[in-house]
Amino acid sequence: MSTTFMLNGASTTLDADPAMPLLWAIREVAGLHGTKFGCGMALCGACTVHVDGDAVRSCVMPLGGVAGKQVTTIEGLQSKPAKAVQAAWIELQVPQCGYCQSGQVMSATALLEKNAAPTDADIDGAMSGNICRCATYSRIRAAIHAAAQSIRA
Amino acid sequence: MAIRSFARRPTRREFLKATGSATAAALTIGFEWLGPSRRAAAVGANAAVFAPNAFLRIGADGGVTIIAKHLEMGQGSYTGIATVLAEELDADWAKVRVESAPANVKLYANFAFGMQGTGGSSAMANSWTQLREAGAKGRAMLVSAAAKEWKVPTTELTTDKGVVYHAGSKRQASYGSLAGKAAALPVPDKVTLKDPKEFKLIGHQAPRVDVAAKVDGTAQFTLDVALPGMLVALLKRPPLFGATVKSFDASAAGAVPGVVKVVQVPRGVAVVAKSFWAAKQGRDALIVEWDDTQAEKRSSSAMMNEYRQLAEQPALSARKVGDAVPAIKNAAHTVSASYEFPYLAHAPMEPLDAVVKLTASSCEIWAGDQFQTMDQGNAAKAAGLDPQQVTINTLYAGGSFGRRANVWSDYIVEAVSIAKACGADGTPIKLQWTREDDLHGGLYRPMYFHKLEAGLNEKKELVGWRHVIVGQSIMAGGPFEAFVKNGVDGTSVEGAANIAYGIPNIDVELATTKSAVPVLWWRVVGSSHTTFAVEAFIDEVAHAAGKDPYTFRRDLLEHEPRMKAVLELAADKAGWSSGPLPKGKGRGIAVAEAFKTFVAQVAEVTVDDAGHVTVDRVVCAVDCGIPINPDVIAAQMEGGIGFGLGAVLYGAITLKDGRVEQDNFNGYRVLRINEMPKVEVHIVPSAEAPTGVGEPGVAPIGPAVANAIFAATGTRVHLLPFPKSSKT
Repeated sequence: MSTTFMLNGASTTLDADPAMPLLWAIREVAGLHGTKFGCGMALCGACTVHVDGDAVRSCVMPLGGVAGKQVTTIEGLQSKPAKAVQAAWIELQVPQCGYCQSGQVMSATALLEKNAAPTDADIDGAMSGNICRCATYSRIRAAIHAAAQSIRA
Repeated sequence: MAIRSFARRPTRREFLKATGSATAAALTIGFEWLGPSRRAAAVGANAAVFAPNAFLRIGADGGVTIIAKHLEMGQGSYTGIATVLAEELDADWAKVRVESAPANVKLYANFAFGMQGTGGSSAMANSWTQLREAGAKGRAMLVSAAAKEWKVPTTELTTDKGVVYHAGSKRQASYGSLAGKAAALPVPDKVTLKDPKEFKLIGHQAPRVDVAAKVDGTAQFTLDVALPGMLVALLKRPPLFGATVKSFDASAAGAVPGVVKVVQVPRGVAVVAKSFWAAKQGRDALIVEWDDTQAEKRSSSAMMNEYRQLAEQPALSARKVGDAVPAIKNAAHTVSASYEFPYLAHAPMEPLDAVVKLTASSCEIWAGDQFQTMDQGNAAKAAGLDPQQVTINTLYAGGSFGRRANVWSDYIVEAVSIAKACGADGTPIKLQWTREDDLHGGLYRPMYFHKLEAGLNEKKELVGWRHVIVGQSIMAGGPFEAFVKNGVDGTSVEGAANIAYGIPNIDVELATTKSAVPVLWWRVVGSSHTTFAVEAFIDEVAHAAGKDPYTFRRDLLEHEPRMKAVLELAADKAGWSSGPLPKGKGRGIAVAEAFKTFVAQVAEVTVDDAGHVTVDRVVCAVDCGIPINPDVIAAQMEGGIGFGLGAVLYGAITLKDGRVEQDNFNGYRVLRINEMPKVEVHIVPSAEAPTGVGEPGVAPIGPAVANAIFAATGTRVHLLPFPKSSKT
């Protein structure tokens, strides 16, 4: 069985069980390791990718479910909001252990791609599905505001 | 004492501008995990021509590689280590990279443990002299090389950002160009270290060495190790602690496409497959019958009942000053309270994982390894090899909070035993834990019961303090048994036995319990519960004395200047004396010393009519000696506060008839972004030798919040996690 979809802008066919979670297809079949495994139940957000522009937990999305869709991982981030998010993350020195940060960056990017001026409540709504055990949350919030500002500037 | 505040941090851009680093993009810093041969190749590629000691290599291109004996698990150790060495070397920060040290106790032992490992917030204290000297010796040799070349005395030479200058002749040479010549010179025995006034990196927020790779997904964790032919193993472990495999039926598991082998190992039955997904499906289909004769079958609630009764019986003395029992008995006023603490899981974001490549004569391990030489020894034993046949490649760890450091090397030994059961044929095997494995897997912060009594005299002065602690020992029965003295495990009572308050009669006792539930240190170790008990109870005593909880504490800290200073700083910055907060809001304070770092926090909370708690703001003051990197210190305080807050609001591992009731982050809730308070961190300037910051920030947050809840509601918190934390 194979599934064909757009992965980071390139048409990709992965030969794997269509029931395999997209996370493991991306990691073990496509060989892209930026997307992380944290819970396997869409509870922590470490595996967040974009499917047709929406932040999706790839650990519960079956590979077959993205047939014909646009999937973007941390490796494929290109948009202006994405670059602004990554620059703000560096500027504010957000990561500690860093393991959740791909997912954080993906969720923050999806937020800013739809909402260029998020409020704190918008950030809570978009980011509360992404756990950081190092609790870098204050800096994540500050970095999203900083990124939003840099996009608008 | 002059107090400097870092509440507003200079940004990375400002730092780079201030330090004159040309480009942020040059900061690509990582480490080698590719094994000795590949590591050597990488060194060659980097043209390392100068390696004056075990911590430093400089290439002809001027690249500076600093070898870290400590694990980077988020706490900023790589940045701190590099800062200390690069300071004395006068290196160009933009050319500094950090590489993990191989397992070698002779070169890389932690002075606090006598083995190679990371913990107890000890990395900076370890590095302070060792790495400053390593850097200074490197610098001295580069300077000597230039002096020889230019035929001038070394005293006429200066260094800055990787360049040696001779002002008189306007000559200069980069470290890279001098590296080859320096390598031919003898390593000096003695060097003069910088006066702190000359520091260019220490105290000046150098950007973290690992951030760029952790923002674009390229940072390498164990999860990301992919070796040719590698298989993935999931291990089915017993559902009860202490149970063993009686028999298993692998027929359904073996029929799952991609499953290669099903093997029994000491800790359970492993399914080894070509992918995680196949291993997971195989393990789901695996049938194991368990022998639970020796297993722990009690519920945690029943265990806590036993703890409560034990607290009423005579226990072992952990500290005795004067005679607290009669002092309290004869006191004009007495106060008593008890506090109950659950088992806690560390739940690092990266579930435990290790890759092992085992042959008949070698064992190579890739892991976010925290106890390198302990793990090397345990892996050797499991493999039937000598320790020197075991190579450890330490990668970034996706969090640990203590979990990856354990004397059984549990997850490493599991991986080795699986590789051995698979034939030790050199096939790389990655053992992957799931989140359920992590929460069910034991090595929790122990459950504890604390009972406290205090006596106040007619003048409402505190004259007696009795503190009884009941719970399992972390250290008993292992290689750190020496921490157990006269039956008292120091880690069970730290933060309580060494109570800083000046009280004439103190009695701290410990009753150590036994269970098959495996326990382990958890971020800030004993102070994760003792600080709560001490700081919540002193608040109750202050209230009984009719005194302000801040000034009551301060008056008892006359002989503890550093502790008193952080308390005063936190109270001052929080506006403690500005009067009460509006109805429904409250302010609470707590202070702690852990691993020789002093932290005070003031929490402000809102409690709604239904009793739900929101922590609005936390003001934190910290004294960790000379601040090596103020921004990393602030980050560790922020993170420690969030980590500790999640635990007191939600954290509990509970057992029903021996079975863990929490499976994943739904049952084991941790703090999320919408629950994170505003945090301000203030650092006390100091000339004392640096101490650690990875753990101490966790200690005071729980009691600060509990005391704030009391201020808002008049209700004390005696049971953790807080019963009404959840709004959902």
